[in-house]
Amino acid sequence: MTRPDSTNFSRRRFLAVGGGVAAGAALTACGGGKSADEAAGGTDSGSEFTGKYTGPAVTLSYWNGFTGGDGPFMDELVKRFQTENPKITIKQNTIQWADFYQKVPAAVTAGKGPDVGVMHQDQLATNAVRKIIVPVDDVASALGLKESDFSPQNWKAGIYQDKRYGIPLDVHSLAMYWREDAAESAGMTDPPTDADSFDQALQALQKSGQDEPFWMPSRWPSHLIFLSLLWQNGGEPYAEDGSKATFDSEEGIEALTWQVEQIKKGYSPENVAIDTQYVGFKNNPPKTAITWDGIWQINDLKGADVPFGIAPLPKIGDQEAVWANSHNFFISSQASKDDNKFDAARVFIDWMSKQSAEWAGAGMVPARKSIREGSEVTSSTQAPIAESIDTMRFLPPVPGLGDVQAQTLEIAVNEATLLKTSPEDALKDAAGKATTAMEENLKKYGS
Amino acid sequence: MAVTTTPATAAGRREGDAIAAGGRGGGSPALRSHGITPWLFLAPYLVLFLAFVIAPAVYGIWISLHDWDYTLPGKPFVGLDNYTALFDPDSLAYERFWRSMRATAIFTILSVPLLIVIPLLVALAMNQKFRGRNAFRAIYFAPYVLGVAVVAVMWRFLLDNNIGMVNYYLGKLGLPDDIAWTTSVPAAWFALVGVTVWWTLGFNAVIYLAGLQDIPKELYEAAEVDGASAWQRFRNVTLPGLRPVTIFVLMVTIIASANMFGQAYLMTRGAPGTETRTAIYQIAETGLRQFQMGSAAAMSYVLTLVLMITSLVVFWLLRERSAD
Repeated sequence: MTRPDSTNFSRRRFLAVGGGVAAGAALTACGGGKSADEAAGGTDSGSEFTGKYTGPAVTLSYWNGFTGGDGPFMDELVKRFQTENPKITIKQNTIQWADFYQKVPAAVTAGKGPDVGVMHQDQLATNAVRKIIVPVDDVASALGLKESDFSPQNWKAGIYQDKRYGIPLDVHSLAMYWREDAAESAGMTDPPTDADSFDQALQALQKSGQDEPFWMPSRWPSHLIFLSLLWQNGGEPYAEDGSKATFDSEEGIEALTWQVEQIKKGYSPENVAIDTQYVGFKNNPPKTAITWDGIWQINDLKGADVPFGIAPLPKIGDQEAVWANSHNFFISSQASKDDNKFDAARVFIDWMSKQSAEWAGAGMVPARKSIREGSEVTSSTQAPIAESIDTMRFLPPVPGLGDVQAQTLEIAVNEATLLKTSPEDALKDAAGKATTAMEENLKKYGS
Repeated sequence: MAVTTTPATAAGRREGDAIAAGGRGGGSPALRSHGITPWLFLAPYLVLFLAFVIAPAVYGIWISLHDWDYTLPGKPFVGLDNYTALFDPDSLAYERFWRSMRATAIFTILSVPLLIVIPLLVALAMNQKFRGRNAFRAIYFAPYVLGVAVVAVMWRFLLDNNIGMVNYYLGKLGLPDDIAWTTSVPAAWFALVGVTVWWTLGFNAVIYLAGLQDIPKELYEAAEVDGASAWQRFRNVTLPGLRPVTIFVLMVTIIASANMFGQAYLMTRGAPGTETRTAIYQIAETGLRQFQMGSAAAMSYVLTLVLMITSLVVFWLLRERSAD
């Protein structure tokens, strides 16, 4: 299974480094002594952007994390770009996302990283403050990208300190999947849309023989379910300026309590370990008839010939909202030091952005409205999700937030869904730690 | 070995020249050659040891004195702050680190006795003469050749409490079939220790087996002539004969268990909460995921110190006994 986010683990690499502990790893990464400002100084370099590359032949190192069902689509796009732009050679390097965010900073710092690449929107601020990536405002304006062509949330989440660091390729959110076979025997015709109809659907499924129709994970993507519900309840997980964690609010406690209730009501077994709910969903006959997971699983489910339906998450709280993230193109500080590479990188991003309709085949929702309304998307499996793009919510662009969340919010959700700690206690404790860590980050990165 | 011989010989030859030169200088050739020769013989390893063990270790101390994020240009010197934070109950690092040290201690205390005793029993069995002995030896050793990723991912699915085979068959046997092997304690500790024993017992067993085959047959014959029972032969011949091997196995196993990481990282992900997150796991998270190299280096040094003290205590205990 491939997750386009960073909780997936990196086995080999961690094993290799774990033994040698910290010191050895730092040795390889700190070389050069180049100041970060020098590295970032290339923002103004590169000639007027025309969308055409006119310089000498150049090789671009292009890194991404499309290791799953999305990979072949990206390979195909790169191949086509090559035929149309013979002067630019693309050297693609595909690494699991979890490793990606460890490797890119080290590799770019050492001058051996990507010139251009794709990363998640919620990682842009962290890498911007580390001067790993450089602003791409001029690419955005040359591409004629306007806020009106994007969901406002998606557009704003790519801006850090008044500069744009990413060109959105797609958005991907959580969605509700159900098994067609189970739904049929339960007489479920329309997907549930709110808390009541969802509860009724679960009861109908139970009556039809699905004893535990909605397995509640204790790990991925449980914290994304939590965030979605928190937003549905009208809360915010973090202060916009990155000064405070607020996920222990009333809205947050209510969200996590709802998750725990699904277990207590018997809709889910206890102790659902990592990935179990997804394996149970794919099983024949299904162990769980409904699961909430990312839309990037579409191709995996199709490949396994699972009969499934997909719809936006039901409105459990007061308003529709769902956690989402976005793949964004970036240019590294490494490329910005070489005018030709910088130009070529801009041409590459421009070209790719225009092809994002084809990228819909990878199971994602194109970021641009104009493309989202095209037939490639409206006829795709994820069309119902694409329609609800305005309900998608993104984490604020706060440097270091991803790590804070992994060490606090995710652990609180884990403890509560394993019924070890009450939702309130778990969230209060984690939010306190998160706030301390966020204050430390503000000091470290400057605000 | 062959690799080191060649340069050592070459070095020895150059050494001969040096002695000749030294002789003309009027010093004592024998003494001088004694001073340099061992170093030259050690050189090939010593260079690697200095470059890849000592230098990084010293560099690690330097890192631990800074707020060291290698992706940021500034790495401010913070003195002993990273260490004092580990001993300050109000800091974030304190709770995380000592929780993980506790997890490491639990795992070590549970796993080491089993990894000392079970491989010994296996080795004793494998030392008997019976048909298919080599096949059994291979079977017991086989798991050890697997990587931790293979072992842990396989067992994660086998032990899954909702979809795993272990609980399924426990249920078939009329035993409790709802034990959460990977998401609750203490079940997770039994799972982690059990998998580790299954995985690594072959290694210790092979070393024991070599030790057993090293015990002179005459001793057993003499004991038999004296009318010793099987148990008495084991107590008075086998166990004393295995003493040096046991000390080695014990030390290696303690260090290996204290460094446990992959199993927890892949099977339980530290769950529930961070209960099964070991010290190495915490150090890796801190240094490589949060890029807090300074704090991670400080944690490593505290762990190292604890391990060194543990080793000394174990050595001391074993020396005590040998005085009896």
